[in-house]
This record gives sequence, C-alpha cells and structure tokens, in this order.
Amino acid sequence: MGDCEETLHELYAYLDGELEPHTRSVVQRHLDGCTDCLQAFEFHYELRGVIASKCHSDRVPDGLRDRILSCFGSDALDDPDTPIG
Amino acid sequence: MADRERFAELALEYMPQLYSAALRMTRNPADAEDIVQETYLKAYRAFGGFQEGTNLRAWLYRILTNTYINAYRAKQRRPDERDLDDVEDLYLYRRLGALEGMGRSAEEELMDLFTDDEVKQAMEALPEQFRMAVYLADVEGFSYKEIAEILGVPIGTVMSRLHRGRKAMQKTLFEYAVARGLTPGPSGDDQADVAEPEQAHHG
Repeated sequence: MGDCEETLHELYAYLDGELEPHTRSVVQRHLDGCTDCLQAFEFHYELRGVIASKCHSDRVPDGLRDRILSCFGSDALDDPDTPIG
Repeated sequence: MADRERFAELALEYMPQLYSAALRMTRNPADAEDIVQETYLKAYRAFGGFQEGTNLRAWLYRILTNTYINAYRAKQRRPDERDLDDVEDLYLYRRLGALEGMGRSAEEELMDLFTDDEVKQAMEALPEQFRMAVYLADVEGFSYKEIAEILGVPIGTVMSRLHRGRKAMQKTLFEYAVARGLTPGPSGDDQADVAEPEQAHHG
C-alpha cells in the first residue's frame, strides 16, 4: 500500500485512466483507506467535470452547418435545410 | 457518392464540439467559424485516406489543430509560462478545501463558484501549448496517446504540458474566485510559500 505522497503523485494519471493495472490497484487500495487522499481525488475529478461542462456551453452560430455543407457540394446531404439545435 | 454522404453525416455530429474547441483556441467566434469550416473542407477532401475503424473524432481534432496552428501560430507570442514552478500540484484544492458543506457535493459547489465565462476565460488564458493539451484531456477526454497524435508531439511532452497547464488553470481560477470575493485571498504566509522559486526559468 502506497503512502499519501506517492498516491497524490499519481492523481492525474489515475483520473486520466493512464495508470498500469498494478499501480492503479495500489492507488485504489490506498484510497479505500485514506479519506484525505480520496477527498483530493474527488475534488479533482469533479473539477474536471465542471470545467468540461462549462467549456461546452457555446452556441454554434446559425448557418455554420449549412455553410459547411455548401462547401461539400450540394450532393453531400439530401436535406441541408434541417435546422440544428 | 454514398460514402461521402455518410462521411458528412458522421463528421458533422462532432461540429458543436469542434466549434467549442476552435473558440478556446482562437478566442474569437469569427476565427473559430473559419477554422471549423476549413477543417471540414480538408476532412471532406481527405476522407478517402481516412480508414474505417480509426477514430474519426481524433482525426477531426488533428485536422482542426493543424489548421489552427498553420493559420495562427505565426501570430502568437511566445508562451507566457509565468511562474508555474512555484505552483503546487493541488493548488486550488489546498485553497478552496474540500468544499463539501450543507450536504452539497464539491461538484455542486464548484459549478456555482465559477461562471461558464470564467472557466472559458481561464482555459483561454493558458499559454497555447498548454491550452491544447488541457482542453483535449480535460474537456474532450482524449488519452495521452491520442493527444500526442493530435498534437504531433511525444507522450512525455503531452504529460508535461498537462501538468503545467493544469496548475496554471487552477491558479487562474483561484484568482477569479478571490477577485469576486468568493474566497479569502492568500495570506502573507501562503504568498511566501508559493513564491519560493525552485529553478530559474527562461520561457
């Protein structure tokens, strides 16, 4: 079982799903028994979710889809007038 | 032409995501629209070289990124890395705490703490190289390997850009929270802690 410093060092690689299975299970075992580290991991997991959802809230400009389709040529899709949400 | 039609349908599913990514890159709606349009045009012309079964989304992001870099990198000044060596890994967490109060989750607290515009601004304030890596990982959920392929850099470079970019992002978000009076600013002691340089850095 790793210590807190080693565990926190792997925080992002863990959240990114990039750890080898063995290291991942070592981290997981530490988190099962360490509330402090678990809280830090949860904070970063949730921070990422918040960043992702707030960065995706842009409204696509009206007509961009149609302009792209017209670049493709009129035969690209049958129904280029379908509005998008 | 059936294949082209199918390609257009599949690829356009990703348009809202690509547009958001383009906005974070260019920081300007007109430029974002231009590079998205150019990306689709290039993809449409090149789709013959696209192999069924490979990752269409990653392929589109690669074209988008290259389009952006070709069009705009010349205009970019050198990345301003500020003093990131001084920023600890858990910068925001150490300052905001666990944020779990009154039965609310940290996620709910964070959702309310920062506005959409603040998070976008914090992302857009990142030096370009960090911004692309952080955006592709944290917003789009690409793997290190995919990001390396999209950006055309080694995986180690991706990891280092993510590390520094995430710290910079946390620092900016904390500055916004302090500026809005949502959390007390760093105390004198904290300042002394974070201001201790580990090494000289020439950006």
